Amino acid sequence: MVGTRFLDAIWLIPLFPLFGAVVMLLIGRKLDPQGHPHSRSSKTVVSLLCPGTVLLSFLFSIGAVVQLAGLPERVHQVIQFTWLAGLPFAGANGLARFAADWGFLLDPLSAVMILVVSGVSFVIHVYSIGYMGHEGGYYRFFGYLNLFVFFMLMLVLANNYVLMFVGWEGVGLCSYLLIGFWFHKKSAADAGKKAFIVNRIGDAGFLLGLLLMFATLGTVRFLDVNQALAHMSPEVGFGVLSAMALLLFLGATGKSAQFPLYVWLPDAMEGPTPVSALIHAATMVTAGVYMVARSNALFRLAPETALIVAVVGAFTAILAASIALVQNDIKRVLAYSTISQLGYMFMACGVGAYWVAIFHLYTHAFFKALLFLGSGSVIHALSGEQDMRRMGALRDKIPTTHWTMLAGTLAICGVPGLAGFFSKDEILWQVFNGSIWIWAVGLVTAAMTAFYMWRLMALTFYGESRVDAKVAAHIHESPRVMTLPLVVLAIGSIAAGWIGVPKLWSALPDAFRAFEHWLAPALAGEVAHGAAEPAHAAGAEWLLMALSVAVAGLGLALAWRLYQRRPAQAEALRRAAGGLYTAALNKWYVDEAYDFLFVNGLAKGGGSALVAFDDRVVDGGVNGTGWLARLTSRLSIWWDTWIVDGAVRLSSFGVKMSSFPVRLLQTGYLQGYALVFVLGVAVVLGYYLAH
Amino acid sequence: MLYPITTVHYLMLSAALLVIGTLGVLARRNIVVILMSIELILNAVNINLVAFARHFQNVQGQIFAIFVITVAVAEAAVGLGILIALFRNRKTVQADEIELLKW
Repeated sequence: MVGTRFLDAIWLIPLFPLFGAVVMLLIGRKLDPQGHPHSRSSKTVVSLLCPGTVLLSFLFSIGAVVQLAGLPERVHQVIQFTWLAGLPFAGANGLARFAADWGFLLDPLSAVMILVVSGVSFVIHVYSIGYMGHEGGYYRFFGYLNLFVFFMLMLVLANNYVLMFVGWEGVGLCSYLLIGFWFHKKSAADAGKKAFIVNRIGDAGFLLGLLLMFATLGTVRFLDVNQALAHMSPEVGFGVLSAMALLLFLGATGKSAQFPLYVWLPDAMEGPTPVSALIHAATMVTAGVYMVARSNALFRLAPETALIVAVVGAFTAILAASIALVQNDIKRVLAYSTISQLGYMFMACGVGAYWVAIFHLYTHAFFKALLFLGSGSVIHALSGEQDMRRMGALRDKIPTTHWTMLAGTLAICGVPGLAGFFSKDEILWQVFNGSIWIWAVGLVTAAMTAFYMWRLMALTFYGESRVDAKVAAHIHESPRVMTLPLVVLAIGSIAAGWIGVPKLWSALPDAFRAFEHWLAPALAGEVAHGAAEPAHAAGAEWLLMALSVAVAGLGLALAWRLYQRRPAQAEALRRAAGGLYTAALNKWYVDEAYDFLFVNGLAKGGGSALVAFDDRVVDGGVNGTGWLARLTSRLSIWWDTWIVDGAVRLSSFGVKMSSFPVRLLQTGYLQGYALVFVLGVAVVLGYYLAH
Repeated sequence: MLYPITTVHYLMLSAALLVIGTLGVLARRNIVVILMSIELILNAVNINLVAFARHFQNVQGQIFAIFVITVAVAEAAVGLGILIALFRNRKTVQADEIELLKW
């Protein structure tokens, strides 16, 4: 049997990229090519070290997961030491002591996550060698990227919510640093700040949820939490468990860009494209989905919150898709597409189909990373142009990019056989069992997805060239170090879905459904749901599958007709839609509404209210206190002058008055005193003489 | 024929000098004169001392008189010094015009 050597060394997996990050951020400046005589060789050091550490993590992850599969229980927990040990306090279950380990948990769920994270990270690191090759701060970029991988691996490997929160905050920090990588550009710096601040709101929810969980259950360790929840029955109405779940979900909406906290993600496209691919598409933004799936035992007990999760997911999916329909920036289309796909994942979580959510997370990581890297390759070829209105007919000029992006597009649209089809179709089927309304929203979103993705393809690669003549002169395919990752991800996008085929395809052996079986032990929360699936629904499932493929085809065909065959019709349609088009182009004015409500309303309005409060109440209090102090000091002066000093003067006056007769003797005449002497002597002498 | 001078004569002279001195201290206004009067009183004492020394045939009284003369010289020197300093400040040596030490 396989040993447990890799499992015991699981703590090393996040440490490799941390090592790379520390080296880069401490001495990377010395390796900076700019102005350095040995520029080429030192750049090679960075290019080898940073992707190398991630590759090591990936290899160790594979080793650990293989060994995990060999364990009978398929759960491996390593607790290094107690990291936070608090004082005992009275909790809901008697005296509790807050404790958080520095510990790692490898189970099927985190196994999937570490493979996705380290694998995709490695591919994108390799791509970045080519994409960032001409940029300044090469070492800084890779340092941040490695730091991100470290925190992301901490997030998914943590064995408790507190350590997970450390990774959670860490990836937020790296996201901020990388969005603002070109910090001399104001829009990039602002976008970084926006991402950070919006995420704070969600993080506050996470933290509150975490504390509420500890106060209620007395533990934050995943396994202990699951055990504590195992014998509880679903909560009726909205109670403490629902509140806990809702707070955790608020954290997830921040990190995973769900309504209402999704606004930071489109702006995050200001960062370098590999960052958009890695952090804002494939890995970090899925942390919220992972967290909800990790808390599945909790969400199972909180049906009210689960419903909210599903509704928010569905609403976000269709909202983001509707915005993506009309955006002109190639990366923004993909950003809204990411938000929309994350909405799908939460839809699945909401109806209790966690494995499907993770399945979609896994397939989405391939095709969305591919699409982003492909768009990066397009931007690279066009010398930095991101506006699709100034692209077109690039198909033959950058063929590798075109073919790989085509694979990604078909995968996300849900063309049968490709990765996205399996996961999205399974989500729609599970959601259909949950709520037909949410399913309908998902179906419409699927059509929109197909439409905007083909619109992107059509505007970029087909039709007539609208590229500036100056730019067109040096369009070139990207170097192999960039195209190779595209090819790898394209293969993933095509093939990755075949480990989760529908149960319906009974001709295929169970090995094709390995994903669900693999995850089952970690997602005990949905076992009941899977068993309750109606057996007679085979016909309905075929019908739904056909329907979703049909709407995807419809979306593709419509986009093809509007943007490739008859661009004039697209123009006419845009004019006909009028205000609706403008509103969607302006992202339904959500940013403006937030500006109005929160930035100007709550923050600035609240600020001026605070100023008024300060002026009136605080300053008034200070002034009033001053006035009171002056008044009392005046009273005190009066008291001092008349009572205290008066008493002193009165006594001195008394002494003066009583001394008056005695004073009269003190004439100051020397001879008067002498006379008294003489008289005194005479008296004494007279007395003696007389006797 | 002359009467022999006895101790009583000395004592009477001494008493006369004492009275003259005391009256001088009390009655005269000029401080120089007052100091002179004090010298008279001291010399009255000296005569007393010497007279008793002769009367008891004992030299101690005479020695004591020499002490008194010495001290009187010192006292006169200090007194006159003070008087000069006083005169420089107040332009007067009249005892009745120097009356600051009073209430």
